[in-house]
Amino acid sequence: MSDPMKIRASLVGDSTEVKVLMSHEMETGQRKDAQGQTIPAWFIQNVVVTHNGKTVLAAQWGTAVAKNPFLSFKFKGGAKGDKVTISWTDNRGDKRTDEAVIA
Amino acid sequence: MIDRRRRTVLQSGGSATLLGLLAATGWLKPGEARAEAWNKGAFDSHSMPDAMKALGGTDSVVPSKDIVFFQTPEIAENGAVVPIGITSNIPKTESIAILIEKNPNLLAAVFDLPGGTEPTVSTRVKMAQTSNIYALVKADGKYYVATKEVKVTLGGCGG
Repeated sequence: MSDPMKIRASLVGDSTEVKVLMSHEMETGQRKDAQGQTIPAWFIQNVVVTHNGKTVLAAQWGTAVAKNPFLSFKFKGGAKGDKVTISWTDNRGDKRTDEAVIA
Repeated sequence: MIDRRRRTVLQSGGSATLLGLLAATGWLKPGEARAEAWNKGAFDSHSMPDAMKALGGTDSVVPSKDIVFFQTPEIAENGAVVPIGITSNIPKTESIAILIEKNPNLLAAVFDLPGGTEPTVSTRVKMAQTSNIYALVKADGKYYVATKEVKVTLGGCGG
């Protein structure tokens, strides 16, 4: 199981700004190890962010997203104390879901 | 409003190949992304036309000054971590995709933005070498693109 995401959700005006730092290798499948063997690709493919059960962002990622991915975006309709839930799924089928409260 | 139109398109678009392609990319159904759709064709593409096609875009991709890069460096010292921020000022922006021309696979990320989500995303990507970055925006069913060159002094793909 990977480390928890670091999530910050804060109200800026009438928008909620969400910043996420995920813990993931995001291996491209292009690199070789010391023995010359290709290191298989291992990366987050899908990210879904929900607020009150409604999807506010759905992303598909390829291998070009940097290691320990960072993501930031804003949505309207959030209120202080609401929960923002973020889930990712990688190409091995591993999943992780974390949530944060809007501050 | 937008959602309702999407749903209609989904219901009626089964036979039309273009609409079928659009639906298959996941671009038309951000609300249903829980189905974990991942557009393999688009992420595997190695050329700009292929990537555009797989994303549902056609020849009619219009260059737009209403797509703005922010937090994006002119020169990235480390290609393994290049910040990219994209804002679309085009009304009814539905999704934003980041493509890196000289990466082994062009497409880096696609963000579907349901109504209520601001058309601004920022993330960090890897770049193999100095390259143009394309911000492909889908708005009201049409495709727009903006380009920015980022110079890389140290590649980010183990090279």
